Amino acid sequence: MNDAFGHPQSVVVLGGTSDIAHQLVALLLADRGRSVVLAGRDRMTLEQAAQGLRRRVAHVETVTFDALTLDDVDKTVMRCFEAAAEAVDLVIVAVGELGRQEVDEVDPDRVARMMTVNLTWPAAALSVVADQLRRQGHGRIVVLSSVAGFRIRRSNFIYGSAKAGLDGFAQGLSEALRGTGVTLHIVRPGFVRTKMTADRSPAPFAVEASRVASDVVRGLARGQVVIWSPGLLRWMFSAFRFLPGAVWRRLPG
Amino acid sequence: MTVTVESSPLPLSGWGRTAPTTALVGRPVDASSVLASMHDHSGGIIARGLGRSYGDAAQCTGGLTIDTAGLGHIGAMNEVVGTIEVGGGVSLHNLMRRLIPAGWFVAVTPGTRYVTVGGAIAADVHGKNHHRDGSFARHVVEMTIVTPSGVVTVAPDRDPELFWATAGGMGLTGVVVSAVLRLIPIETSWMRVDSQRFTRLEDLMSTMEDTDSRYHYSVAWLDCVGGRNGDHRSVLTRGDHANSGAIPGRLRGRSREIPSDPRIRVPHQAPGRLVNRLSVRALNEAWFRASRESRGSLRPLAGFFHPLDGVAGWNLLYGPQGFVQYQFAVPAERADVIEDAVEAIASSGIPSFLAVLKRFGPGTPGPLSFSQEGWTLALDFPLGPPGLPALLDRLDDAVAACGGRVYLAKDSRLRPELLTVMYPRLDDMARVCRRVDPEGVLASDLSRRLGIPR
Repeated sequence: MNDAFGHPQSVVVLGGTSDIAHQLVALLLADRGRSVVLAGRDRMTLEQAAQGLRRRVAHVETVTFDALTLDDVDKTVMRCFEAAAEAVDLVIVAVGELGRQEVDEVDPDRVARMMTVNLTWPAAALSVVADQLRRQGHGRIVVLSSVAGFRIRRSNFIYGSAKAGLDGFAQGLSEALRGTGVTLHIVRPGFVRTKMTADRSPAPFAVEASRVASDVVRGLARGQVVIWSPGLLRWMFSAFRFLPGAVWRRLPG
Repeated sequence: MTVTVESSPLPLSGWGRTAPTTALVGRPVDASSVLASMHDHSGGIIARGLGRSYGDAAQCTGGLTIDTAGLGHIGAMNEVVGTIEVGGGVSLHNLMRRLIPAGWFVAVTPGTRYVTVGGAIAADVHGKNHHRDGSFARHVVEMTIVTPSGVVTVAPDRDPELFWATAGGMGLTGVVVSAVLRLIPIETSWMRVDSQRFTRLEDLMSTMEDTDSRYHYSVAWLDCVGGRNGDHRSVLTRGDHANSGAIPGRLRGRSREIPSDPRIRVPHQAPGRLVNRLSVRALNEAWFRASRESRGSLRPLAGFFHPLDGVAGWNLLYGPQGFVQYQFAVPAERADVIEDAVEAIASSGIPSFLAVLKRFGPGTPGPLSFSQEGWTLALDFPLGPPGLPALLDRLDDAVAACGGRVYLAKDSRLRPELLTVMYPRLDDMARVCRRVDPEGVLASDLSRRLGIPR
């Protein structure tokens, strides 16, 4: 169960190798976590993360799946719920990959792949997660979106447009869940220094994964549906929406 | 046999409005329909009265809550021995409106009349007279409980194990459908009250230790916002039921007045959070200044016992995030833990409205019953300050280490591993639960969060 401060006892992470998700789990579980399920593609990396968690959490399980396979999304999500030791209080959806824009944009297979991993699989999974939590009577969903989907840039428009789709889907789902005891929270980080972005040069206002995690914890406590990280980006990107293309194009990052 | 079950789940939370979950709500009207509603509910079942427990004790995520409003029958009074038989869903408010004109009163009332008899038993509530009379369950002659394995009537000498597991058992042994309560006679609905102000916490506590026994009722209010090194302001209010001779002529016509319904109602869309650091400071200041030293002043019973009942929905003032109430008890010889806690709260800068200090007399044999001989301190904290969860965790550690405990009817955030330390007789509770509920049907969000029974 969640306590009054929103500390969960049981968490499922879809995209269980995500740095942001790890930081978030570490912060939120504090000393009350009893069950964590990490689901992802790479068994080795998942196991490493699981080992780290086992020091503090009694029940840690891993589930492997491939976000390119769309015919068993429901089974994957159900396996995660079954692997949990108890009702699931929090589901973090952190599935995604950044891709390589220059290479991807000229290859239709790669474009399709980026859309599947960043949008189609997570959206399909969210529909199953929402249904499960609704039956349970409670639960929170955290969806990792990105500022890249808020106003699309030339330099990463495949990733950005997929995130834009996921962000929109999550906004609608959050409305659909009102009054069900289940809440959904969309996280829009800026540039985060993680292993996913290790080979990129940081954009302005780059932050660490731990900062995103603490912003999410605060946003959850306030019941925010959309959580920006750092918070300043909310105002900047709201203004960016109205920038003329000629100016937007020239902005760094 | 009538059971109305809502067709779709409703969101429910405690009085603190934190961590809501949804459940189906059934409204049975008698014991057999309560029993019937216990079948076919694998998602868990818990009773819910007026929803005044602060945390998650009366909600059951994905399961069924049994709203006891349909068990509101008030039976005949036995004026010879001073008892009355009432349904588990009867509110103390309605009960008092019946009792006071007849010259009777409940033996124990908590700080609000808006609790049900079933809830008062399940939380084994206490009042300002605990130092003399103990908790609510001490005055229960017998009660009828619907457990998943059947309907049973228990008393302190009739299946005492189940009786005491139910007293303070947070609904985990079944639904209290009726009870016979021992009453006390009163001549008037007025209280003779003495008020004293203190600026040192140690002076307050020694006064309470030395002279509480002279009064039927005693409670102290502390200002935990300001002060340091033991300089914390407080107001000690103690009193007795006034006899008719004490009522002046102008009040004669109102000597047995019944408590009225709330006069003010907080709108559901209360603007933002009205309880914050500034307003708490101002309110504490105003309260202290308004509390003049007085002796023998006459006050209406409702205002003395239930000062907040005049404002319906006062919990909404804490804003949409809600608040936590934290109450703990420590042994008499560990008054230092109370002093340290007040110091820690005052120096944290986290505002607490309504810090209430009281001395407890002996506890009950209930394995989950809260009260134990010594001191108890109750605090309200609005959600929001980032340091609050850690502050309460530190207080828990100190309370557990000295043989104290926190009150489960108010809990919404205790670390489960501390429960065994605070309530060392959890095994006794688990044994009774296994007997009356072998399939483990009875469960609440609280019991799942803390792992009761285990």
